[in-house]
Amino acid sequence: MKPVRKKRLQTVLLILATSALGSFFIIRALDSKLDFFYTPSEIFLEEIPENKRIKIGGMVLENSVIREKTKISFIVSDYQGSINVEFDGIVPDLFKEGSGVVVLGYLKDKTIIAEEVLAKHDENYMPPSIDIEK
Amino acid sequence: MFQVNRAYPYIFYLSLITYLLSIFWGLFLTPEDFVQGNSYRIIYLHVPASFISQSLYLAMAIASAVYLIWKVKLSVYLVRSIAPIGAVTTFIALISGSIWGIPTWGTWWVWDARIVSTLILFIMYLGLISLHDSFNNNEKADKFLSILVLVGSVNIPIIKMSVEWWSTLHQPASITLSEKPAIDLVMLYPLFGSIIGFTGLITCLVILSSKLQIIKREKNKSWVKDYV
Repeated sequence: MKPVRKKRLQTVLLILATSALGSFFIIRALDSKLDFFYTPSEIFLEEIPENKRIKIGGMVLENSVIREKTKISFIVSDYQGSINVEFDGIVPDLFKEGSGVVVLGYLKDKTIIAEEVLAKHDENYMPPSIDIEK
Repeated sequence: MFQVNRAYPYIFYLSLITYLLSIFWGLFLTPEDFVQGNSYRIIYLHVPASFISQSLYLAMAIASAVYLIWKVKLSVYLVRSIAPIGAVTTFIALISGSIWGIPTWGTWWVWDARIVSTLILFIMYLGLISLHDSFNNNEKADKFLSILVLVGSVNIPIIKMSVEWWSTLHQPASITLSEKPAIDLVMLYPLFGSIIGFTGLITCLVILSSKLQIIKREKNKSWVKDYV
């Protein structure tokens, strides 16, 4: 390689390294602020003030869903911790026990009063027949 | 250019047939998904578009490095001609994701890491186009364009890893190199077909777009005058 090209190659590598390092530090500084939601076990560690709008995500615990007219309450769990959620409204079609959920709401007496409930889909795609065989 | 011209119709028709057949297979011949029902079928557009939008950026980054090191002019013409195509495919990925989000998540947009990093990719494509077009001096424009493409290339691994590094509403990858795919095979085959077909069609677009770019940039050369 000619010296001038070698020098240019070094410049290219330097640009790549600088931008990688820069974004690494930005990402490190932002840390968990880039997370979309808290998990139930994180909530009590972080000491989140009441009336602050937060998002929590996890699994809807089996046999925890109680429906009463338009109101629905359920337990969100990450298998290390869990928290009660109360919601008045329509949940998405994919909302069901044992599947993922993200709840937007605020903390009140160790319960999340939800304003919005979103279903989280996992990476599995399969036809219904295979599901029954399992 | 002569050889590309000869290969072009083969690439185009093969990819078109592959894509149309895969779409037909995916839309009509595969069963429904066990939780999503029919709405999962947007995967045959969303996944190819997302894959291409990131691959095109990587291609631009390699072409930019080649231009900066060897000063191959053709290389930077390629970068400039890929940028708008990348913008469009990223836009398709974002829109198709939103359409899928409504029945699945219950919302069309959230600010999670995967979606935001893809939005940044889209804005970057637009920024690169307008940066290049805002210069009067072509050589300067080419240089700044390729440097900025290299700087922005850090976003590609971030998009890829966003679903692993942070909690997101977007699900993790279903197809990985290391593990068995989380998509059932009857749905996976047409998906692979649609990725291959879409890649071929986009390649054809890149060829056309770079031909235009060459003619535009070399318009004062005698061979271009003869050609046109």
